[in-house]
Amino acid sequence: MAGIMRERFVDVTTELLDVHENLVLVTADLTAGLFRAAKESHPDRVSNLGIREQLLVSVAGGLSLAGMRPIAHSFAPFLIERPFEQIKLDLNHQGAGAVLVSAGASYDMASSGRSHQSPGDVALLSTLPDWTIHVPGHPDEAEAQLREAAKGDGLVYVRLSNQSNAEAYGLDSGHGFRVLRRGTQATVIAVGPLADAVLRATEHLDVTVLYAATIRPFDAEGLRAVVREQAVASVVLVEPYLMGTSTAEVSDALVDRPHRILSLGVGKEELRNYGSPRQHAIAHGLGPAGLRQRIFSFLSS
Amino acid sequence: MHENLTRERVADSSPYGFKDLAGLMSRMTGDEKHSEAATSTLDALWVLYDRILQVDSSMRENRDRFYLSKGHGPQAYYAVLCAKGFFEPELFDMFGAFKSPLGYHPDRALVPGAEISSGSLGHGLPLAVGTALGLRARGLTESRLWVLLGDGEFDEGSNHEAVAYAARAGLDRLNAVVIDNHSATQGWPGGLETRFAAEGWATRRVDGRDHDALERAFAAPHPGRPGLVVADVGAPGNL
Repeated sequence: MAGIMRERFVDVTTELLDVHENLVLVTADLTAGLFRAAKESHPDRVSNLGIREQLLVSVAGGLSLAGMRPIAHSFAPFLIERPFEQIKLDLNHQGAGAVLVSAGASYDMASSGRSHQSPGDVALLSTLPDWTIHVPGHPDEAEAQLREAAKGDGLVYVRLSNQSNAEAYGLDSGHGFRVLRRGTQATVIAVGPLADAVLRATEHLDVTVLYAATIRPFDAEGLRAVVREQAVASVVLVEPYLMGTSTAEVSDALVDRPHRILSLGVGKEELRNYGSPRQHAIAHGLGPAGLRQRIFSFLSS
Repeated sequence: MHENLTRERVADSSPYGFKDLAGLMSRMTGDEKHSEAATSTLDALWVLYDRILQVDSSMRENRDRFYLSKGHGPQAYYAVLCAKGFFEPELFDMFGAFKSPLGYHPDRALVPGAEISSGSLGHGLPLAVGTALGLRARGLTESRLWVLLGDGEFDEGSNHEAVAYAARAGLDRLNAVVIDNHSATQGWPGGLETRFAAEGWATRRVDGRDHDALERAFAAPHPGRPGLVVADVGAPGNL
């Protein structure tokens, strides 16, 4: 059930291991089998630790302390939520650098249920300083983000997903917002794979649409520059993870003027349903029709 | 082949000996809750830094690395680092103060010579597994890794992920020293070393106050697998 983004992650990482001698990949069984060729080429720099996620993150920290550049991978809940103290202490508190790459996102594995879904990962990681958090909306964006992260030495989280936009909107805008559409009544921030749904939902609405494939650091200046041109500061956040994850960032960016924020995203209540990612998106109001209804209502109120 | 003592050690020009450590420690006040933890580690720490570890304040890349995982009651660790020239004893007078580099648990960003920050139990051994993998990947095969833990700390499940994987990966540059002061609430029936042995580690148990016995245990080779030394210091109150 490897999604296209995860396949790209495997291909790109395998290539990057040839290019960067300090790069190390660590896994905890999941996806490990797809790195067989990489393991043969670089036996000391590709390690599957078994189903040991606390160790996975600590090992990333320890590798960094030894001067290596670690990439650690698992499904989002097992990479971020299960070993969160290890992220806090063995990465941040040690002053270590690491690249965490997850698969599964909020509801890619819809039929697997709550245990395999992590709408809270971005919010959780946002409670720690110094993380660059990428939410690629297209495999080309994920590839660019991985290549950049492999060369750096900071803390980077790349949140892969099976959901993807038709185009890679975020390739030429660095880590900041890219303007997809201009309007006057509000600014809609579309994050990652939800961009196409947002564009459909806002057709014929007089709104600016911004696209973000990176949500931390938050491009406050980019938002301010756009909102400055509007009479009223109304912002709609559309995030493919827990609703409200970036509301504070928007509010901080607009602290000097009255503003309204509509925060859309995955609901906090557990959805005890299976089915497909598309069905989950619709259930959370993140399909084009659901988005349109709530954005329209917000603009009219 | 695995020699612990054949590399040339930097000449020890430190003015402090083991007898000076109690005095250095007494300059750090305020954390009396952990004074037993502080003294339980003293002998093992001294033997490591005085007779075993290839490390000095230059922190060269091919040094040995010591990870203090049992981070509470770090007074003995700080005293040993001071005695070995990593910093001056004046720092002790500000132990635990707002701007002090010396807190009740060590921070590697603040303490000269500290390789890891610790305080929450069960992190040092997993970190060391990562460092052992990294040093091996870099070809720094001379560097040995030492992690000091407590028997109570060994309750933490994260240790057990590290113990299992380290042996499976044949991390023979990795050494664990567990200070056993019999403080684990439910104990370790049969001895905690049996858990390491079951996973394939070389294990030894010695009197944690006998410097010569500690040195012999630390220096014993364990080719192809990681090594454990349990330093038994008896139950708390039996100092």
